[in-house]
Amino acid sequence: MSTYTAVTPDDLQAMLSEIGVGSLEEIFERQVPAGVRLGRALDLPAGMVEQDVFAHLRALADANTSVEDEVSFLGAGMYDHYVPAVIDMLMERSEFLTPYTPYQPEVSQGGLQVMFEYQTAISELTALPVSNASVYEGPSAVAAAAYLAKLANGRRRVVVSRGVHPHARQTLATLAPGYGQEIVEVGLRDGVTDPDAWAAAIDADTSAAIFAQPNFLGAVEDGAALVAAARENGDPVVIGSYDPIPLGILTPPGECGVDVAVGEGQSLGNRLDFGGPSFGFFAATHDYLRRMPGRIAGETLDVDGRRGFVLTLQTREQHIRREKATSNICTAQALNALGGVVYLAWLGRRGLVELGELLLQRTHYARQALCALDGVRALHEQPVVREFALILDADVPRVITRCQEQGVNPGYALGRDYPEHPDGLLVALTERRSRADIDRLVEVLGAAVAAERQAAVPVGS
Amino acid sequence: MADASYPEELLYHPEHDWVRIDGDVATFGITWYAQDALGEVVFFDPPDVGTTVTKDGSYAEVESVKAVSDVIAPLSGEIVEVNVALADKPEAINEDPYGAGWMVKVRLSDVSEKDALLAHGAYTATLT
Repeated sequence: MSTYTAVTPDDLQAMLSEIGVGSLEEIFERQVPAGVRLGRALDLPAGMVEQDVFAHLRALADANTSVEDEVSFLGAGMYDHYVPAVIDMLMERSEFLTPYTPYQPEVSQGGLQVMFEYQTAISELTALPVSNASVYEGPSAVAAAAYLAKLANGRRRVVVSRGVHPHARQTLATLAPGYGQEIVEVGLRDGVTDPDAWAAAIDADTSAAIFAQPNFLGAVEDGAALVAAARENGDPVVIGSYDPIPLGILTPPGECGVDVAVGEGQSLGNRLDFGGPSFGFFAATHDYLRRMPGRIAGETLDVDGRRGFVLTLQTREQHIRREKATSNICTAQALNALGGVVYLAWLGRRGLVELGELLLQRTHYARQALCALDGVRALHEQPVVREFALILDADVPRVITRCQEQGVNPGYALGRDYPEHPDGLLVALTERRSRADIDRLVEVLGAAVAAERQAAVPVGS
Repeated sequence: MADASYPEELLYHPEHDWVRIDGDVATFGITWYAQDALGEVVFFDPPDVGTTVTKDGSYAEVESVKAVSDVIAPLSGEIVEVNVALADKPEAINEDPYGAGWMVKVRLSDVSEKDALLAHGAYTATLT
């Protein structure tokens, strides 16, 4: 019998006899009502031999297009930054790759130290005193922050800017009703959260107010003003969803008065990997320390006075709160966060600022050059740092297809998430896109828009 | 940590809570046995003043290095005061459970509920 199979036929028979049934089938017959059973075998193809399976999977994989295959300006929340080899080298070490939850500090010092250093880096990045050891990804971090607000003030309403990532708003809409929360969305004006609507939506019944920095359209929000308006109108927990890379050049959330800063950590040392896994970061002021999900590693001294690390806080986790647990962050998440802290250490303080400045310059250059094209203009005139939204005077999905035929992916069709912008294209920059790549995008996009406009002219006109 | 003790003048709830009644106001806390079982207390999450508590229901949470536990109300009433000093010094619950470690004061809605509580002897008998 294979070592991967838990029970032998003899084991199975012994267990069945023990509970007094003749076969596995009989268990299903007795437990599952006939009306909800399929009554036949699943319609699956016959099994394949290993080599055929390999060939089949290979063919499926070939259907994907990765950022190594085309010059990609896709972003929309996940970004194609360079991942240095040192990250792979450290993440693939078996001590990090195959850990168990580090409840026992005597055997988990390496993992706990990584968590502690990761938290320190996130605290410095966000200018907030407390960071947890990471959560699953950006969208669930936003929803978990809204739940923190519910725990903190017991209020019902969550006000969320339409500039927050659509996936985060969807996750919030999925989870919040279960927590007894109701969501109010505030629209965008000129590319940023409408300040009047924001102030009007927040009142004494508002538990949390959430914005994104930069927002989904790439625009830099006036974080301090959004916080101030929230303070004046009911004083909810103010949550900012941040892209971590531009924090090298933008005012950090802690200095804007934000209570809880969360975000998608993928761009810190994790590849796109067709959507995951990645990690989410979660930082807050001291006031919310005990409402935070996940766990926090702390620094201490052992009995001999040597520096060591322990899990200090895990106030919502299942092993400490038992049946009242409201959070359970998986140990494996720490691996992606390890990539994040190694990336930040690799860049260093100055490197992060230089990267931000580089992105700022290239983004500015790309925006200007693209907006000079016929049939292309800016969707908004707000400051941008790494991504910006355009309006095309042509069918966006068809323009994208034309560009891809030339080996360039020009960006994300905004209409997929924002029906009010069916003609919108979101263009993202990373340091991997050179000036020559941008020039190529300008050439290819200009030609594609021109060709589409030509094709769209009615016959005979 | 203090030695085991169960003051004779207090009333006790089987869930290891004590009550000191003064007219229609009672002070609640947890017993030496409870704090000893919890271990080192690191956080006390109090109710809001003005909220009502129900006998045998949970009114607060106490977190130790081992677990987060509900604190059970021995009597019903309205919270009139919480021990705010526990926010900075939760270890008072371990060090002085009947003194500085008190948790809340409650204006009782039905003083006769106390008849269901245990006197010193009856409570300590449950611990053996």
